[in-house]
Amino acid sequence: MMLNDHLMKGHYTITTRNNNISSKSETQSSSVAKPLDQKESELLKNLKLAFAEFSETEVSVSLDMVVLRVEPGRLLDICESLKSNPKFSFNYLSCITVVDYEEQEEIFEMVYHLVSIDYHHKLAMKVSLPSNSPVVPSIFKIWKSADWFEREAHDLFGIQFEGRENLPPLLLYEGFEGYPGRKSFPFHEYEEW
Amino acid sequence: MQVHQQASEHSDAIDLMINMGPQHPSTHGVFRLVIWVDGERIVKVEPHIGYLHRGSEKICESEQYNQIVTLFDRLDYVGNLNNELAFCLAVEKLTETVVPERAEYIRVILCELNRIASHMLFYGVYGLDAGATTPMLYGFRERERVQELFESVTGARMMHNYIRIGGVKEDVPADFEKNVRKLLGDLKKGVEECDSLLSQNEMFLARTKGVGIISGDDALDYGVTGPALRASGVVEDVRVTDPYSIYERFDFGIPVGSMGDCWDRYFVRVEEMRESIKIIEQALAELPKGEISAKVRRIVRPPAGDVFIRTESPRGDLGVYIVSDGSDKPYRVKVRPPSFANLQALESMLKDTYIADAVLVLGSIDIIMGEVDR
Amino acid sequence: MEIDENSPNIHIPRLDGFTGIEKPLGAGYEPGQGNNPADSVFNRVLPNALTAKSDELFALARKSSLWTLSFGLACCAIEMISAHASHHDLDRFGVVTWPSPRQADVMIVAGTVVKKMADPIKLLYEQMPDPKWVIAMGSCATNGGPYYKSYSVVMGVDHLIPVDVYVPGCPPRPEALIYGVMQLQEKIKNDAKRSFDEGSLHHNYEEQ
Ligand code: SF4
Repeated sequence: MMLNDHLMKGHYTITTRNNNISSKSETQSSSVAKPLDQKESELLKNLKLAFAEFSETEVSVSLDMVVLRVEPGRLLDICESLKSNPKFSFNYLSCITVVDYEEQEEIFEMVYHLVSIDYHHKLAMKVSLPSNSPVVPSIFKIWKSADWFEREAHDLFGIQFEGRENLPPLLLYEGFEGYPGRKSFPFHEYEEW
Repeated sequence: MQVHQQASEHSDAIDLMINMGPQHPSTHGVFRLVIWVDGERIVKVEPHIGYLHRGSEKICESEQYNQIVTLFDRLDYVGNLNNELAFCLAVEKLTETVVPERAEYIRVILCELNRIASHMLFYGVYGLDAGATTPMLYGFRERERVQELFESVTGARMMHNYIRIGGVKEDVPADFEKNVRKLLGDLKKGVEECDSLLSQNEMFLARTKGVGIISGDDALDYGVTGPALRASGVVEDVRVTDPYSIYERFDFGIPVGSMGDCWDRYFVRVEEMRESIKIIEQALAELPKGEISAKVRRIVRPPAGDVFIRTESPRGDLGVYIVSDGSDKPYRVKVRPPSFANLQALESMLKDTYIADAVLVLGSIDIIMGEVDR
Repeated sequence: MEIDENSPNIHIPRLDGFTGIEKPLGAGYEPGQGNNPADSVFNRVLPNALTAKSDELFALARKSSLWTLSFGLACCAIEMISAHASHHDLDRFGVVTWPSPRQADVMIVAGTVVKKMADPIKLLYEQMPDPKWVIAMGSCATNGGPYYKSYSVVMGVDHLIPVDVYVPGCPPRPEALIYGVMQLQEKIKNDAKRSFDEGSLHHNYEEQ
């Protein structure tokens, strides 16, 4: 019993929120995109201020997400300041996605989704790479969680990361030919394997 | 001092490499871990994944939106309904569909039940990892109860395909409320029983307390989310900090650990089951009557654009990113799997622990390989 | 050292006096006799049955104690664990899960077989001692299932190793797996009967 009490009370905190349970008729469903709330518009303002000097960096909004368009050369600087600037403090890199627009525009688009745990901000950062030489600086040094996401992008899309050469395959195996994530890679036709 | 130096010089020469997996009873699926040990102490680990890489994301590009729900079922195959919900929420956000109240409540009830079932699986398997067989039998007994309810609602035990874009597939059976109430009574007792069986067990404490510690900042840097992050003392639960569906209407707590060790990660989950029961009770009390699905076209064609949604799956922050080009099939679907990111932190958790604890630390992250490899 | 056979403390088991099947089971046992064996069922039955039906006898023993290689690949593995756990309890059929291939009789391939996993599966199968059987559980292990379009999935585990019983479903219910195991038991029994004519107990891959 002593031990139990010690463990339960001494080390455990349960934060309980006390919000009012709103009545059904007033609340609208939250799956519909709401207009940017105050938090997000503040982020938008701050971003515009902070990156005013980079003329090529462009801030926009899509649905409820603030989108930052970045040149590959600027990526490291911007990531650095997004993480360390106390106004943003994006301390958590959620996801790295590669979208293949090879056939339409001959580019690969890298999408970095960042979340700030302190302010609950969300941000999407987009970088376009030419499809004939998709090279982008690695942000592994800034957020460790980029590690496997970058290796995955390398595996499935053949993106090269500056500063991380000779990446071993993560999801695929040695000797797999081609980049299966790309649109040009065919789907499997049934055959004897 | 000298002796120590000699020993370390000597043992440097014989760093032993141990291979675990891909077939290993405690790797929770097909996961391979290469461990270098110096004596009993782990020097370096190298995780190898991809033994279950099925190419789901690519297959999504060739299916219609409604068909993709089935593929999401099979990603995290322990928290199926949570995965379905994440995908449907993303499409609904893109198409600006308003989901009827009743459907939202049914979704929340089922998702939270699924969370309990998932944590029960963790509980059982973790007991097994620690060398106790009984917890598994208890955990699976509770899980079986939840699965029985799922079967009465969705028609399947695991792969439900029940949450659809715009609502749910069909209304719940007439005795749903009665059944859930009874189930909740059973589960409450079950959670207490499970808790008293393992949590304060002397040997279990000795094996899990202070093992595999990771600090909150480190965990965030590695992208760890969910119970594993909360065990390190970071209050981050997407249901609260970035609410989706109707979670903002419920009153529930976020269990938080203090040390970030294996026991904390275990106990946060046990507490979460209790909180989930609270949510279900509130949702059940308010369950409104009415429509169960919005009017959605048979073939969904969202407008061109992209959407990213975060949800809290039993394992953590499950993100779905969809790029639509206006056709009936998505241009790109990307899943941000929580286990994938959580697994990256294994390296830091395992550093300098003993080889015998490797299995326990791995088990405490609660990985599902279907989600890690996709 | 010489053993004094007549010492009252030493009992050397003997079968003299054994006259075949007429003797009732347990005859020859007297209280206080210690380890001196009474007439066991083997003494009674084996001299008559050994030459004719050993294959069937072994098959009976084998089918009632199938040790499965605990080897979950994907979603189906959860249902396989369910089948082993408290509610369905596969132990009732003598099916015990065992983590090492060296002692296993049956391999239940529960889940999607991916090309990266193909070699380990073949290796595991080869490490299992003969006689061995394979159950393909779920549509993935049967023919690729929902992933038939995928670039990395093997279209059924029968491309790699011979399969005895296919259990369809995605995932199959635990009851379905239990039925599959019972079908396998039938098969083991019937194979033994048949092999008496054909001269071999185990079908092998080349034959198929
Ligand atoms: S058959 Fe279905 S449930 Fe089984 S592994 Fe394949 S996808 Fe998963």
